[in-house]
Amino acid sequence: MTDRTARARTDWWLVAAALAVVAAYARVIWFTPAEATQGLVQKIYYLHLPAALNAYIAFAVVAVTSVVYLWLKDPRADRLAESSAEVGLLFTTVVLTTGPIWGKPVWGTWWTWDARLTLTLFLWFIYAGYLVLRGAVTEPGMRARYSAVLGILGALLIPFIHMSVYLFRTLHPMPIVLKPDRPSLPPEMLQTLMLSFAAFFFTYVVLTRARFGLAVERAKLAMREGSSDGER
Amino acid sequence: MPGAAEIVIDANRPVVEAEGLVRVFGGRRAVDGVDFTIGAGECLALFGPNGAGKTTLLRLLAGLLAPSEGICRVGGVRLREGAAARAQVGLVSHTSMLYGALTAHENVEFAARLYGVRDPSDAARRALAEMRVADRANAPVRALSRGLQQRVSIARAIVHAPRLLLCDEPYTGLDESGSAALTAALADRRDRGAALLLVTHNLGEGLALASHAAVMRRGRFVRHEARATLDVAAYATEYRELATADA
Amino acid sequence: MRDAIIGPRAASVSANEPTNLPGVLHAAWLIARKDLAIEFRTRTAFFSSIVFALLGLTIFYFAWDPTAVAAIDIAPGVLWVIFTFSGLLGLQRSFGVEQADGAMDALLAAPVDREAIYLGKALANVLFVAGVQAIALPALALFYSVPLGGVWLPLAGIALLAAVGIVAVGTLFSAMAVNTRLAELLLPMLSLPFFLPIVTAAAQTTARLVAGRPAAEAWPWLRILLGFDLVFVVACAVAFPYTLDE
Repeated sequence: MTDRTARARTDWWLVAAALAVVAAYARVIWFTPAEATQGLVQKIYYLHLPAALNAYIAFAVVAVTSVVYLWLKDPRADRLAESSAEVGLLFTTVVLTTGPIWGKPVWGTWWTWDARLTLTLFLWFIYAGYLVLRGAVTEPGMRARYSAVLGILGALLIPFIHMSVYLFRTLHPMPIVLKPDRPSLPPEMLQTLMLSFAAFFFTYVVLTRARFGLAVERAKLAMREGSSDGER
Repeated sequence: MPGAAEIVIDANRPVVEAEGLVRVFGGRRAVDGVDFTIGAGECLALFGPNGAGKTTLLRLLAGLLAPSEGICRVGGVRLREGAAARAQVGLVSHTSMLYGALTAHENVEFAARLYGVRDPSDAARRALAEMRVADRANAPVRALSRGLQQRVSIARAIVHAPRLLLCDEPYTGLDESGSAALTAALADRRDRGAALLLVTHNLGEGLALASHAAVMRRGRFVRHEARATLDVAAYATEYRELATADA
Repeated sequence: MRDAIIGPRAASVSANEPTNLPGVLHAAWLIARKDLAIEFRTRTAFFSSIVFALLGLTIFYFAWDPTAVAAIDIAPGVLWVIFTFSGLLGLQRSFGVEQADGAMDALLAAPVDREAIYLGKALANVLFVAGVQAIALPALALFYSVPLGGVWLPLAGIALLAAVGIVAVGTLFSAMAVNTRLAELLLPMLSLPFFLPIVTAAAQTTARLVAGRPAAEAWPWLRILLGFDLVFVVACAVAFPYTLDE
């Protein structure tokens, strides 16, 4: 397999993912009814929720591959963790930007320390810390070990964040905003949601795979150059 | 993990046994298949150009690194079997490995306690006296000159009577008097039955103590022979050629 | 090529045969004692942390509008934010002392379990942080006129629990950060997300205690704090050997 063939193949998958996302949004915009109370802006929900779910899936992958790396010392696990983390950061950023965009017209405020949003914010912090840590370590073995430790500890932290925020909100009633309940979804909306989720998941897989390929190429380059630092 | 009582040191085996030792970093084989033994009362001088893998080999023998392949035994016990196996090893490096804020005595006594030495304070005092630093025992280490610090560092390495002394460029920064004291201490240990591994760039200092000499290059031993069979002048010439070939 | 030469037997090596290797807890205590001895000798880190805490308390005082919020309401939050940051200052130096002259190598070459190194350092750090807390708490009571007298015992308990949590995570990250290019930046960046459950639980509990509310109200927070300590002391002790290059 030549480099060119590899690149062309990856491009095709990315195109497919992009098309899937576009198709999902075509359906969202034109073929799905608008929600009664919120109007058109609610359609951002179809972007927001799938992105959030995939951000958490990406993190679960990071956590699992971290355990695998520490157990088997297989560099592929580390590359997968790194790839999943970068894509996860991207998705988390999408969640944190679509949240306020949806929130402002609907809740009347740009930001609310909503339990899920706060948890996602912390996920963003952990991802950011993870990637900064990777950037600060030049030796690949050390980088992989440190990242794996952080990935696992981060996964342990999530339930505690959730508990703390939940308890905080239970005891500190937030100003009442017009917060929509999770929409009881008529079949059409549910279908759209699931399609959108599928499109996002497909995108996650494709992006991670592409990033993984990049990591492999970098590692090969580093080895050829005889230095251990081919990345940053 | 086995405790001290469960590690049985076999006095009938050579102090150090390295079999097929390999250590890989990323794609690089720093140590690429090394076999040797060192018996009690022997000193192996290890020469080689920078990057040959000498320090990595030393760290493998000290238990600071795990071998990627191969086996490393000290006193017949595999080093990775448990913490107690490391009790037989003393390490001297070109860094002092001391805590600058503590006194010489405190540094050596701390090491003695970690190694489970009886009467750690007394043992520390004796070790410092042997290295002729007793008069500065209560000075904070950072107030001492490089040479004196190195003597304290050696005292720290010998306080628990190790069967194996690993020395990585220990003469670095030492003056005449310091070098003489170090050579005397190492020779004394060797004569009393410890095994020594001396990594050095200095052929003269290395061969003075050695019973065996080896040259390492690109992770392997390219020469390994008894000192008695060596012609020093010829050896020096060949070594210089080897070293410059890699430059 | 195997060299089969076996050297002459030694009559005896020396009078100092190691007889009694310290167990994990004893070794941890030896290491903690050593760290505290070093800190006590120089005192700079401890002194700096205390000064930082006092400065922080002062600055926060002037940054706050006393007509809008009562001292008793703002004090717990301020206290715990200050504790967190001064704790980080103390943690920064934790592994720095090992790096200075390569002392970490001697520690790793010694017959000491890796977990003992972590526990020893963490113990020293807890005592360090507790020392800072012991001074910052009365200072808070003084500067913000907060009546801590009646509740100082439960408060000390919470402070200790929180210190354990902060130190458990911070010691591990300190071990990692010291080997990187961005050590001073990395330690806070990695640690602070982990401090949220601790700080929230501690501050909320402190607020309730100081306001004289029944202890039962603080219990849910305390449970989170205890759970956090349990989980992370174990997790970090287990993870520590993986941060070493072996």
